[in-house]
Amino acid sequence: MAGHPRPLSPHLQIYRRQLTSVTSILHRLTGIGLAVGLLYLVCWLVAAASGLESFDRLQSFNGSIIGRLLLLGWSVAFFYHMLNGLRHLAWDAGWGFELPAAYKTGTAVFIGTAVLTLLAWVIGYYQMGAF
Amino acid sequence: MAELTLPAGSRPKPGKTFKAPVGAKRVKTFKIYRWDPDTGGNPTIDSYEIDLDQCGPMVLDAIIKIKNEVDSTLAFRRSCREGVCGSCSMNIDGTNTLACTKFISEIKGDVKIYPLPHMSVIKDLVPDLTQIFAQYQSIEPWLKNENLPPERERLQTPAERAKLDGLWECILCFSCSTACPSYWWNGDRYLGPAVLLQAYRFIADSRDEATGERLDQLEDPFRLYRCHTIMNCTKTCPKGLNPAKAIAEIKKLMVERR
Repeated sequence: MAGHPRPLSPHLQIYRRQLTSVTSILHRLTGIGLAVGLLYLVCWLVAAASGLESFDRLQSFNGSIIGRLLLLGWSVAFFYHMLNGLRHLAWDAGWGFELPAAYKTGTAVFIGTAVLTLLAWVIGYYQMGAF
Repeated sequence: MAELTLPAGSRPKPGKTFKAPVGAKRVKTFKIYRWDPDTGGNPTIDSYEIDLDQCGPMVLDAIIKIKNEVDSTLAFRRSCREGVCGSCSMNIDGTNTLACTKFISEIKGDVKIYPLPHMSVIKDLVPDLTQIFAQYQSIEPWLKNENLPPERERLQTPAERAKLDGLWECILCFSCSTACPSYWWNGDRYLGPAVLLQAYRFIADSRDEATGERLDQLEDPFRLYRCHTIMNCTKTCPKGLNPAKAIAEIKKLMVERR
């Protein structure tokens, strides 16, 4: 084939974002986030094991704005990954492949993530005596 | 590793604009990906202003009109113009579909038309389908049966025949495979939704005796298992088929036969 090298046609740049691809990429991203979160959880346990002073230091970081945002992110990631994981389990069993079903379960995952995250934080603050 | 951006030489640049004829009342702009193998260089996005009062209702009507009346250098595939041949699949308004069954009126704003995504471009809207047809060939898409054929056709029960519904209708337009991010990143080794749906079409056929052999051929981390149930395939199929479900059925058979 003489002549000019052929271009690659545009893909990610032009393909419409839609629920199917968004829930999928979020599953990956939250999975990666949770892997990092697991390391952080280990740090937390190590800090707790190595004494009051180091645990206090980490706890005060957790209480800071950045710390709280990180924890919020991880809790969102946790609930999203769990709920969408259930969706994947159903798919592995062959259920929920019709497009309306896939869109309903996808929307349910987003709503469920919001509800469970809110619930977890309300319970958390309640336990701390915030209200 | 997935290459998320386009190579520098593949990035489209703004191209020419073809104005609507004077006096046109309902003007719609079609922004079409252009690349000419004779001149090379980066692809361009050319704009064609079309008077919808002088044009048929489908996107294919518009691009045929462009080729006939505005710019004869535009290259694209088309044949049946009624959604049965699968030639005119392309990326229209962000998703893959058949130009002949896509209404212009469904599209808000400018009509953006690209070739099927993440493919080597031969010219304009014509992608190179050599590899994907080779993959199709690799699943041996024909009935395999060692028994001598009966005097008449090999009979099926209505229930056996019903298993082929949603599979036989595939017209091999490859809208689904080229909508699949997994196929974008691993298209050299992953077979993609269209070919896997075809594979399942023969696995599911009661007259085919090579199920075991077919499953052996698919039992591979890449050929089958790069499907991560993203479901862009099912979302985009212009025939309303469900490749994601067909792939899941193959995966289930893999587990069941252990």
